[in-house]
Amino acid sequence: MTLVEFWFLLIAVVWTGFFVLEGFDFGVGMLHGVLGRDEAGRRTVINTIGPLWDGNEVWLIVAGAAMFAAFPGWYATMFSGFYLALVLLLGALMARGISFEYRGKRDSDTWRRTWSGLMTGGSLLVPLLIGVALGDLLQGLPVNSHQEYTGSFWTLLQPYGIYAGLTFVVICVTHGATFIALKTTGDVRDRAARLARMSAPVTALVVLGFALWTHAIAGKGLLINPVEIIAVIAIIASAWLVFDGLEGWAFAATTIAMATAVLAIFSELYPRVMVSSTGHAYNLTIHNTASGSYALKVMTVVVAIFLPVVLAYTAWTYYVFRRRLSDKDFRVQQTAPH
Amino acid sequence: MTLDLARWQFALTSINHFFFVPVTIGLAFLTALLQTTWHRNGRPEFLRLTRFFGTLLVINVAVGVVTGLVQEFEFGMNWSDYSRLVGDIFGAPLAMEGLIAFFLESTFLGLWIFGWDKLSPRVHLLTIWLVALGTVLSAAFIMAANSWMQHPVGYTMVGGKPRLDDIWAVLTNPVFLWGYLHVILAALVTASSVMLAVSAWQLRKAGGAGADGKTASDAEGATRREHREIFTFSMRLSLIVLVPAVILALFVGSELGVIEARYQPMKIAAAEAQWTTCQPCSFSLFQIGGGNDDHTPTQLIEIPHLLSLLATNSWNGKVIGLSPLQARYARKYGPGDYVPNVFIQYWSMRVMAYAAGLVFLLSLWGLWQTRRRKVAVSRSFLLLATWAVILPFLMNTAGWLLTESGRQPWIVQGLLLTGSGVSPSVTFTDVVISMVVFGLLYTALGVIDAVLVIRYARREIPPAPVQDHAEARVPSMLY
Repeated sequence: MTLVEFWFLLIAVVWTGFFVLEGFDFGVGMLHGVLGRDEAGRRTVINTIGPLWDGNEVWLIVAGAAMFAAFPGWYATMFSGFYLALVLLLGALMARGISFEYRGKRDSDTWRRTWSGLMTGGSLLVPLLIGVALGDLLQGLPVNSHQEYTGSFWTLLQPYGIYAGLTFVVICVTHGATFIALKTTGDVRDRAARLARMSAPVTALVVLGFALWTHAIAGKGLLINPVEIIAVIAIIASAWLVFDGLEGWAFAATTIAMATAVLAIFSELYPRVMVSSTGHAYNLTIHNTASGSYALKVMTVVVAIFLPVVLAYTAWTYYVFRRRLSDKDFRVQQTAPH
Repeated sequence: MTLDLARWQFALTSINHFFFVPVTIGLAFLTALLQTTWHRNGRPEFLRLTRFFGTLLVINVAVGVVTGLVQEFEFGMNWSDYSRLVGDIFGAPLAMEGLIAFFLESTFLGLWIFGWDKLSPRVHLLTIWLVALGTVLSAAFIMAANSWMQHPVGYTMVGGKPRLDDIWAVLTNPVFLWGYLHVILAALVTASSVMLAVSAWQLRKAGGAGADGKTASDAEGATRREHREIFTFSMRLSLIVLVPAVILALFVGSELGVIEARYQPMKIAAAEAQWTTCQPCSFSLFQIGGGNDDHTPTQLIEIPHLLSLLATNSWNGKVIGLSPLQARYARKYGPGDYVPNVFIQYWSMRVMAYAAGLVFLLSLWGLWQTRRRKVAVSRSFLLLATWAVILPFLMNTAGWLLTESGRQPWIVQGLLLTGSGVSPSVTFTDVVISMVVFGLLYTALGVIDAVLVIRYARREIPPAPVQDHAEARVPSMLY
């Protein structure tokens, strides 16, 4: 494997890490109002990701920065081309990020309702928009010989992209529901499990469609892509497992489904990074957008040293906060906690 | 037009981002100091202070993180030609920042907030120090990237593109080493000024009637005495950090000036509105008129030799004027205007220096007020110390204007003009829309953050968490 290929794989893995980890945070954000019947319930749901979501979001920052460092041409064309979509995305990320921190900082129903609304909306918009963007990379966008995007905001709204965005949203819902069922007890847990039983079969159908469409749009022939098969099997398995009440396994299954759904897009893209609908000669590929080999070598050393460290303390964090939360804990002290 | 607007957008979003960054860096360190003190002496006052200022830290971090996201995206969104050209070098420190610093900071901040009752006190103390380490590391990487734009090193040109060929040169760039130190010191000045202001406000509130026991009941009097004691601790701590930090920041800043004068002579000449070459050069305290079209402003109260000292470290140093520099640049890089905005340079230099001077004087007064662990009682000191919190933010903003506006018209000094870095595919309308959206979002964020910080800074410090038995751990903070 060449350095350039390694960096493409690494960026695919970082995006996967982002969707797997932040994916259940999005689910939690979207579902906290539905699953928490009262304020104690809502706080229970939000606190399942309290210590985790901020670290999970760093995967997005690293994904962007890694694209910048390893494939500046890709980063430049994509980020300037998706301009208004990214403005929207940043707005959603801001509203959502702040809402976790600020929601409980004042003892007022209006205050909490406002932040809850932003949390729900932001958590839905972010995976939707990023999903559309990733889908667009594969479906193709007008890109000219100078690697410049020549379309407008509306050009970004293509059927496959939108479907990919919706797919990620529904996987996030099911992934979030299995996560909450795994991390809570009592009433909230029951309701999360019930919701997962409803959403998992729907998600399975959506992912099946996604796998077929992704394969078709890549135009790489009939050869079966194992990643897409695994995505379909995993999501069907998760539906099975939530019905059997095996929360841990169900969460593992939605994790695999999420990971393979992301990897499906990247594996079909390779070795392209952004398909040009203007002409195949103008496709952005890992070769015509990459940094020099010295820069990639330096970055590879840094990754080899620090990625294992990051993974180790992230795993430790999940171990520290392994205990299930109960809404009883939040009934005792209803007001601002500090 | 699109270029101007993109520049305004970057300036405004990064100035805004840098309201939160130095507070985070400095307050993480101060909170870690408070918790370490509590860990050592076990006195509940320090636990209360740790959690009190830790909450302010957390409120502040949230905005710093989301505004930082905008910064990272903005390079690609508004400056795609710049990104395409220099991603090889500029992208690397950004990626390292994410991997090495942001993960550390975010993960351990989560562990700190939610881990009070889940980690042993020693490990829990370690988490806040790792948060502080993360903030300091992130500043290092972003400063390395920024310094490369001021003084590009460690690359060779391959097919018209700079290619990184020596990462060590990038990480030991003298502009980076001194600039980084300067920023860290500025962060300490900012956060300790915030702590000083909050303590002063609290002391002013706890003073008053209860101090002489005229109207307050005994119980209320006791609470006030306790509050005075607690916030006298935090005031002392803030002053102990503030005084050396501000002195060092002034010295490091002046050394940074010498280094910048070497690599970016325009920046320093413009900071004195020095159009002609001088030797020795004086420094004026004020001027009337000035700017790029007025080469002969009236400069008031000139201090002889000071500019020579600031720009060259020698009593009779020579500073080349803007006009000869312009002629030299035009010969080297072709026709064009290479003089930065002289008005901004001149005044941002002074606003920065004067604000720092005022902070320094105030901190000395504070040390005098609290000598021998006395409670600060001077009402005018407490009032001034509260309002003086504005000064470090002015100082920081002016400092960044001096650095960044002084680099113009270059986006990378001597290598790429700002006008050549802007995104060709982004239209004027696009930038207007993003400007409006970010404007509204940042205003809303700023207001909400200010309201929350002020509410939390002014509230009565909560009692130490009740522990039902001696071995019980401190309960966690929760959302």
